Amino acid sequence: MEKKIRVLVAKPGLDGHDRGAKVVARALRDAGFEVIYTGLRQTPEQIAEAALQEDVNVVAMSILSGAHGHLFPKVVELLHKNGMNDVLIIGGGVIPEGDIPALKEAGVAEVFTPGTPTGDVVKFINEHVKL
Amino acid sequence: MSNEKIQAELAKYEASVEKAIARFPERDHLPEKRLYTPIDIKDTDYADEISFPGVYPYTRGVQPTMYRGRFWTMRMYAGFSTAEESNKRYRMLIENGATGLSCAFDLPTQIGYDSTDPISEGEVGKVGVAIDSLADMETLFDQIDLGKVSTSMTINAPASVLLAMYIAVAEKQGVPADQLRGTIQNDILKEYAARGTYIFPPRPSMRLITNIFEYCSKNVPKWNTISISGYHIREAGSTAAQEIAFTIADGIAYCEAAIKAGLKIDDFAGRRSFFWNAHNNVLEEVAKFRASRRIWAKVMKERFHAQNDKSMKLRFHTQTAGSMLTAQQPNNNIVRVALQTAAAVMGGTQSLHTNSRDEALALPTQESVTIALRTQQIVAYESGLADVIDPLAGSYYVESMTNRIEAEAWDYIKKIDDLGGAVAAIEKGYIQKEIQDSAYKWQMDVESGARTIVGVNKFQMEEEPPKGLLKVDEAVGERQKAKVEAMKAKRDNEAVKAALADLKKACQDENENLMPHILAAVKTYATLGEICNVMREVFGEYEAHVSL
Amino acid sequence: MDIAEELLKGNRLALSRAITAIENEYDEATEIMKKLYPHTGHAYVLGITGPPGAGKSTLSDKIAREYRAQGKTVGIIAVDPTSPFTGGAILGDRIRMNGLTLDEGVFIRSMGTRGSLGGLSHKTADAVKAMDAFGKDIIIVETVGVGQSEVDIVKAADTTMVVLIPGMGDDIQAIKAGILEIGDLYCINKSDLDGADKLVREINMMLDLDSLMTDWRPPITKVVASQNEGIAELLGTVDKHRTYIEGNGELAKRRTKRTRDEMLDILSSNIGSYIKSKIVDSGRLDGYVEQIKQHKTDPYTVIGEVMGEMLK
Repeated sequence: MEKKIRVLVAKPGLDGHDRGAKVVARALRDAGFEVIYTGLRQTPEQIAEAALQEDVNVVAMSILSGAHGHLFPKVVELLHKNGMNDVLIIGGGVIPEGDIPALKEAGVAEVFTPGTPTGDVVKFINEHVKL
Repeated sequence: MSNEKIQAELAKYEASVEKAIARFPERDHLPEKRLYTPIDIKDTDYADEISFPGVYPYTRGVQPTMYRGRFWTMRMYAGFSTAEESNKRYRMLIENGATGLSCAFDLPTQIGYDSTDPISEGEVGKVGVAIDSLADMETLFDQIDLGKVSTSMTINAPASVLLAMYIAVAEKQGVPADQLRGTIQNDILKEYAARGTYIFPPRPSMRLITNIFEYCSKNVPKWNTISISGYHIREAGSTAAQEIAFTIADGIAYCEAAIKAGLKIDDFAGRRSFFWNAHNNVLEEVAKFRASRRIWAKVMKERFHAQNDKSMKLRFHTQTAGSMLTAQQPNNNIVRVALQTAAAVMGGTQSLHTNSRDEALALPTQESVTIALRTQQIVAYESGLADVIDPLAGSYYVESMTNRIEAEAWDYIKKIDDLGGAVAAIEKGYIQKEIQDSAYKWQMDVESGARTIVGVNKFQMEEEPPKGLLKVDEAVGERQKAKVEAMKAKRDNEAVKAALADLKKACQDENENLMPHILAAVKTYATLGEICNVMREVFGEYEAHVSL
Repeated sequence: MDIAEELLKGNRLALSRAITAIENEYDEATEIMKKLYPHTGHAYVLGITGPPGAGKSTLSDKIAREYRAQGKTVGIIAVDPTSPFTGGAILGDRIRMNGLTLDEGVFIRSMGTRGSLGGLSHKTADAVKAMDAFGKDIIIVETVGVGQSEVDIVKAADTTMVVLIPGMGDDIQAIKAGILEIGDLYCINKSDLDGADKLVREINMMLDLDSLMTDWRPPITKVVASQNEGIAELLGTVDKHRTYIEGNGELAKRRTKRTRDEMLDILSSNIGSYIKSKIVDSGRLDGYVEQIKQHKTDPYTVIGEVMGEMLK
């Protein structure tokens, strides 16, 4: 058997700041994961469908525009609707501490704010992913 | 002391250093060279390379007296949910003596979508004001005399449409277009390379930009038609040399496009400005600003044979580095911004926006914005940095670093020329890849400890979550949608249709300047989304080049 | 869920899980494939290969759109190289096909080459079968034409298209040796760039020298995938090739050969893992190696013994 952790790295919403998403994508690759990068301006529907087609274990989203409160829960909802209940969903970007409890409540497993070492993201995935 | 003598003394010094290091090893991860001397700049000719303020190649600044005449413009970029809210804030600023406004638009506006478009969901009014049609623009500038203020608009892909709306509002106020002053960012190449709010592919985008240059040179002559931006390239992770090299390469591409369209260099070159980042390494940044002026002057004189001094002067706006703000111990950011401000001022910026301490967490609060503005005022009035011109000139280190950054930038510019210019280099993904590699290296250096960020990978502490962050009202989106629907019900939809059909025809004719057609369309209250969709139909949409 | 059953009912998640089972070599994969096999054989498989930067993903996107316009459903398998150093991979082909994500008639799956020795072509072939059983009319398999295993994958297609771009200079010499001879069709992408005609001449010259040429001379089509130029014409040549190989029995021959190769592939892979479990994992191999090192025996004797025991 040759299991690999598959991660979808996506940028929901319209902001074009993908430095963080790209750095994380590379770091995950270097940690031995298969990373499917979907680029900018993905709608929640596109992200959920790509996650389904790619049968990923992790969906990692980054957002810097402040639209996380709307878009992250939407993606979670659609993933669950697709029957992907085991997928680990994580988020990152400019996200105020105060917004995090609501996001976790909605099904986002962890939120990584600016300054998080990529090693922490790798560690979190390794510890929480369901294969 | 002669150079030979200095060389001999330097050798003695190096020998003594060896002994000192044996007893007190130096810190890790330092630049290789520890000391700069006259030897390092012995080949730098003062008259040719450094010269005087206001004199070619403008290394020391573009004006003869710099801040001794007046300080840089302290321009704070800000955007607020709806046109009504922003209008209130603008009028308050003007009452307090401000003469310059700076508009931030929300992302749907920046990418040419209406607030009613499903893709705008969750984004309306978030990072700036939502503008859907001329009606919103009228509200935004209600009771503001456009003949008196200067307005800077951070808008790129749909810059032509927003500028047309501005002209139309002015016309309604009775202010002729040739009286209008302000700036549009209008720099699409860096959107592809770094910032991500593009719409159309490069070629039609370059046409739109050239159309604006041409239209404004005849009709809106006081308008700054482009702000060629390295800021976002640096934010995306580039080095200092890459920031100015890629941006100047973009600047060259805009000149070439305009010349190809039949414009004369001196007719449009003076109406362009640049936009730089002020990053953490103070002296490297000062060297970068100085090098950028020298390179641009040479490009304009030697490559484009500009005659007018104004065409050769690199004027620039600066913003402190947003990406260097930390979410941890946010008050530390005040100090970072102060140092970045010092760099921008010693580098001779024409205007400056200082970031607020809480921007790694959310949009800034009013209190944070005030501290950021005060930081500029303290540097201006208390620090003495603005009292003499180009105070670091003659520093062996700074002059030598100015030379090094210049040389590095020329290497990149040459490489981009070889690839066929900035447009081709972006289409091939070259510039994006270079930026990403630098960003990844930076991150790995932070994670390995080779680079220290206070509060992030050293001197961390347990913190309470910060309180009092700004929250955008989630209902803004719904209100704006309702406004758009109401406006559409009132307008003359036949006139809209006709104007859009006319615009489509104009888009298909490459020799037609689109500005008059766009202006006619906005006057019918055609929405930004409707206008951009017509252009999408004809021009297609840009597909990002991603190579990780 | 019963993956095979659900897949045959049109459940997209089941198709996705089936491909994961194939890729990860789950035990259940064999059972799934057994159930799917009777439902395969309907799809037409188009292999697309070419050097990095040739614009294959953009081309696949446009080809898929054209097939969709013709009312056909499409499956896409995009293979990207796995880093030999970290075992990770960036699978970035999807980004060029984002516009197809929400089209229910299209299913896109990215695969890494991973470390498998020759197993890749077998896995890709099974993934193709899963999409075939799911009911896709056209299945596009896209790989970078660099390694032998990638070339093997596209060679197994019904029609193989080689994509090239102008301005590769001497690179074409190197590519010629590797992938150029496997094309049933040639596509010159980015043909608005200088050198497109020169490239056409070079390929023609190469084809002129091909002594093994049948009466099918591979057509060369110029396209600009990013502008959607020449795509309909390109698909015309695919159809022509399809008609040609269906008419002269070549398609049947190709598919027979493919089945045969697959059988041998699976057989040798199963025998390989059987031997591995018996000899390597049990530690016997190390014992033999030690004895050989001490010259108490030799590899040939050992292999004779082992083979005798295994094939009893």
